[in-house]
Amino acid sequence: MNRVVIVGASAGGLATAETLRRAGHTDAITLIGDEPQLPYDRPPLSKQLLCGRWTPDRLDLRSATDIDALGLELRLGARATELDTARQVVTLADGGDVSYDALVVATGARARRLPGTEGVGGVHTLRTLPDALALKERLRPGRHLVIVGGGFVGAEVAATARALGVQVTLLESGPVPLALAIGEEAGRFMTRLHHEHGVTIHAGAAVTEILRTGGELTGVRLADGTVVLADDVLVAIGSAPNTEWLAGSGLTVHNGLVCDEYCTAAPGVYGVGDVARWHNPLFGTAMRVEHRTNAAEQGMAVARTLLDPEARKPFAPVPYFWSDQYDTKLQAYGHLGDHDEALVLDADPASRKLLVAYRKADRLVGVLAAGKSPKLLRAWRALIAARSPWTTALTTTAA
Amino acid sequence: MKVSVDADKCVAAGQCVLLAPEVFDQREEDGVVVLLGETPGPALHDAVRESAMVCPAAAIHLAES
Repeated sequence: MNRVVIVGASAGGLATAETLRRAGHTDAITLIGDEPQLPYDRPPLSKQLLCGRWTPDRLDLRSATDIDALGLELRLGARATELDTARQVVTLADGGDVSYDALVVATGARARRLPGTEGVGGVHTLRTLPDALALKERLRPGRHLVIVGGGFVGAEVAATARALGVQVTLLESGPVPLALAIGEEAGRFMTRLHHEHGVTIHAGAAVTEILRTGGELTGVRLADGTVVLADDVLVAIGSAPNTEWLAGSGLTVHNGLVCDEYCTAAPGVYGVGDVARWHNPLFGTAMRVEHRTNAAEQGMAVARTLLDPEARKPFAPVPYFWSDQYDTKLQAYGHLGDHDEALVLDADPASRKLLVAYRKADRLVGVLAAGKSPKLLRAWRALIAARSPWTTALTTTAA
Repeated sequence: MKVSVDADKCVAAGQCVLLAPEVFDQREEDGVVVLLGETPGPALHDAVRESAMVCPAAAIHLAES
């Protein structure tokens, strides 16, 4: 197979490299990452790192010694700017070329920004370690943080900021925070938690202007004219896959790098992690999953395909994610975002217990829970993996 | 192979239990990882390595001799 080049040195890229080495690939592996740090873990950025409980070194995915032992050609702080699939060459920002026999695209996603706010003082996004450290510096008791976007990043930062004594206003463009991801009822369950912890929530809110006085950020203006005062603004309106460098490569890009069920984008080119939109045969649909576990699983799957193409298997995982907010841990299995029905089986805000099952057509496609036993969750996961019909699943789990 | 887990880092995803139920379990009350054996037999090594890699909290550490 010769030289494998992996572009993207976060969880997905690292898992690919590590699996290749472990399974006996002795030829060259180049791991290219645009950030200067060794691969680090992102989920704690909005939680343990932001609240100050962990220092940045706890985020390292592997020790420097472990990384050394992999014998990689490590190109950190190097951004890929262009791909030529005919010549099989990746071009880097410094003008250098890296040629490959097989290419793994694991460039992840970046935080979306509000138009015109790039580089504006006091306006933050949260995706990288420097982002988190910059925001952390600003979160002091009594300060006011406005969070634009009621998704998981926004909701987790709201919880962390409240624990630090920060005044928090959460602006959600839809009717209910988190509803896009987990449905309205589950979203309301979490909204209630945020209210209890003193977060001010504006639903149906659209920011029209960042207000500044003498160069200092003072607040935001909403479409209905409301002014919300702020010392800082976190823009948490989702992420965009890093695919710009693939323009002109001939690869198909459509909200992510389009891949088949083997995560193949073109002969010898594979997609891994947040950047990849691949066909998941378990759900019979294309999906792009921006969750930590999927990045590692997909990297391992692609590495196995690279090592033994004849024995390749479709990548058909049951996606998993979790979210920690206050004393509540949400956990989910499956493909929730595209559901026809979210059936609340248990919702007790007082005891922080929640169980929601998700239906698409006549199938169980997802489950979301808080405060439930691991055994119960694993039983639900097994039903999703088995493509259980909705009625069968509800009967089985009720028994 | 010697396995150790960092219960403070664990996010209770349970991916390790799915992959290597002979080696990992979860506490019933909060789902935090429970290590059933520090030195799993060779037949389990691949499953344990995979667990360490997919652990979303990077909370499983392996010392391989």
